[in-house]
Amino acid sequence: MGESEMTDSTSNSPAADARRRRQARPVTRQWRKRALMATYIVFVLLPVYWLLNMSFQSNTEILGGLTLWPEDFTLEHYAKIFTDANWYMGYVNSITYVAMNMAISIVVALPAAYAFSRYQFIGDKHLFFWLLTNLMAPPAVFLLPYFQLYYTVGLFDTHVAVALAHCLFNIPLAVWILEGFMSGVPKEIDETAFIDGYSFPRFFVRIFVPMISSGIGVTLFFLFMFSWVELLLASTLTATNAQPIASVMTQTKGASGIDWGTLAAAGALTILPGIVVVYFVRNHIAKGFALGRT
Amino acid sequence: MTKVRNNHAWWLILPMLLLVAFSAIIPLMTVVNYSVQDVFDANTRFFTGTEWFREMLNDPALQAAVLRQFAFSLTVLAIEVPLGIGIALLMPKKGWQASAVLILVTMPLLIPWNVVGSIWQIFTRGDIGLMGWSLRELGYGYNITASPVDAWATIILMDVWHWTPLIALLCYSGLRSIPDAYYQAARIDRASQWSVFRYIQLPKLTNVLVIGVLLRFMHSFMIYAEPFVLTGGGPGSSTTFLSQSLTTMAIGQQDLGPSAAFSLIYFLIILLVSWVFYTAIMNMQKDKPDGGV
Amino acid sequence: MEWMVWTTPTLVFFPVIAAILAGMTVWEIASPSIERRGFLPIATTRGDRLFIGLLSAAYLHLMVVGFTPLSIWMALAASILWMLVLMRWG
Repeated sequence: MGESEMTDSTSNSPAADARRRRQARPVTRQWRKRALMATYIVFVLLPVYWLLNMSFQSNTEILGGLTLWPEDFTLEHYAKIFTDANWYMGYVNSITYVAMNMAISIVVALPAAYAFSRYQFIGDKHLFFWLLTNLMAPPAVFLLPYFQLYYTVGLFDTHVAVALAHCLFNIPLAVWILEGFMSGVPKEIDETAFIDGYSFPRFFVRIFVPMISSGIGVTLFFLFMFSWVELLLASTLTATNAQPIASVMTQTKGASGIDWGTLAAAGALTILPGIVVVYFVRNHIAKGFALGRT
Repeated sequence: MTKVRNNHAWWLILPMLLLVAFSAIIPLMTVVNYSVQDVFDANTRFFTGTEWFREMLNDPALQAAVLRQFAFSLTVLAIEVPLGIGIALLMPKKGWQASAVLILVTMPLLIPWNVVGSIWQIFTRGDIGLMGWSLRELGYGYNITASPVDAWATIILMDVWHWTPLIALLCYSGLRSIPDAYYQAARIDRASQWSVFRYIQLPKLTNVLVIGVLLRFMHSFMIYAEPFVLTGGGPGSSTTFLSQSLTTMAIGQQDLGPSAAFSLIYFLIILLVSWVFYTAIMNMQKDKPDGGV
Repeated sequence: MEWMVWTTPTLVFFPVIAAILAGMTVWEIASPSIERRGFLPIATTRGDRLFIGLLSAAYLHLMVVGFTPLSIWMALAASILWMLVLMRWG
């Protein structure tokens, strides 16, 4: 640290002793920090470990008694999921409507977020608040009319129905996050481009979108996240053709009790896509959680 | 940033507006229509006026669910906010450890909500679950299907597991935006760790924390899948929260009128709370030089 | 639109709300509102006061319907009065 401390540490006064102790403290503090962090990570991982543990055990081993690791290691539950169309189509359906929702949401949210970040217009604040209320609205409130609405327009049990329904909260979320990122781009860039003769659409696609690409990546991550984890609307708006994996999982309750092994394996597989997606945006994700404004 | 006054900006909003209106306004109008009628089907229905609202507001089961909901939301906020701040302070800031910890901490947020319920169901069962089994081995008669206290504690623990990462990540991003010079100045002043937190870190965190508290309050207020899978709302109705009461009424019993009236009351509570938070956020941003939305 | 099960009161209610919003927009174009402090603890624009008025009117209606034997028309009259006070002095 400072030069004065180096000279101090050569003397033997009580004050120097105290200072030496204080200097030693950061090292123990580092270790205490690591230990606490490790404790929290263990708390996060333990339930997930248990799920994985179960997914590799046969049902007789699961019900036979508590084993801390799979003694009779088996892949039968995973094999079952990957060979039974009913099961693996659940994943395909979920990923299909999530991808559709991400595409729709980002396309309509980009221009809207630009308008909010650059212009003042009549009712802008109220409109923004109204968007947020949709983000906050419990899906349960909209359950019944959605069912009726999509049934009437003939979209019931299609991927589009779920993708559109998830727009309710995903579009406002996308606008909110993107607006934060766009406000960080200086306005001079827009002005220079317009002086250079760019038309608005060309400027937007060629210059502006590349400039906020990390923001778009993070937004896509959040769209994925909230559409992927939602169950209530997804399972209400589908029956068989577009059934999400989350509601296929409820079928593990059979006549002979719950098929724990398959339930665990299916659950473990739902965690994977999230980890893959988060890996790609890991460097920007923290800023995204703050909605682009820290 | 100063913004240009330009009402043509509405054209940029329009596509989004149409889509969200389709998903929000039409259904909401339908809910209002349901709430004043006794609907059997589109042709067989009777006008009931305000009857359902009176019934729902005076229903003791629903009043209990509202109180339970507030108790739950406030409890998880009281635990998750300090814990999240603490974890954000502990998270490493550079190197591969930073990435690894970030991914691990984020993981619970990316698990489908009913799978979160399943994970904790498996984890806490007395016969096959590590936590349930351990507690029983230690001599505590842990049983979430019989004891409301155990059920509540487990649901809160599950929610802490599931959602503390959100607060932690928000705070982490807030902390990363503090310039190193601030810390150096504090070191020169020999500031204690507490005063660094109180006067440098905490002020920087208020902004993200308001967003965090808003998001956490709202999500905890609509919690459905996790307790539904874990406890099914029991024992009795001790862990039945608002969304579950509503879903049971709407889907289970097909009571369109009453559940619509209930939906509107639920929605009005949400509307009031989010307006208060939104106004707070906007007023905070107004105080800063660069303005807000 | 049959599935939306419209009734006369709701068929009146929504156009009235839409008309109020349209009217506010026209008014805003004609003379843009300036944020000011009234008896409310925060500075508000015209649109903010309208929202506060509508939200409090909704709560007032719920209270009257749920916990008093009074007629809903009383609540409506009180709400309109409150709305006028709020718009003028809020």
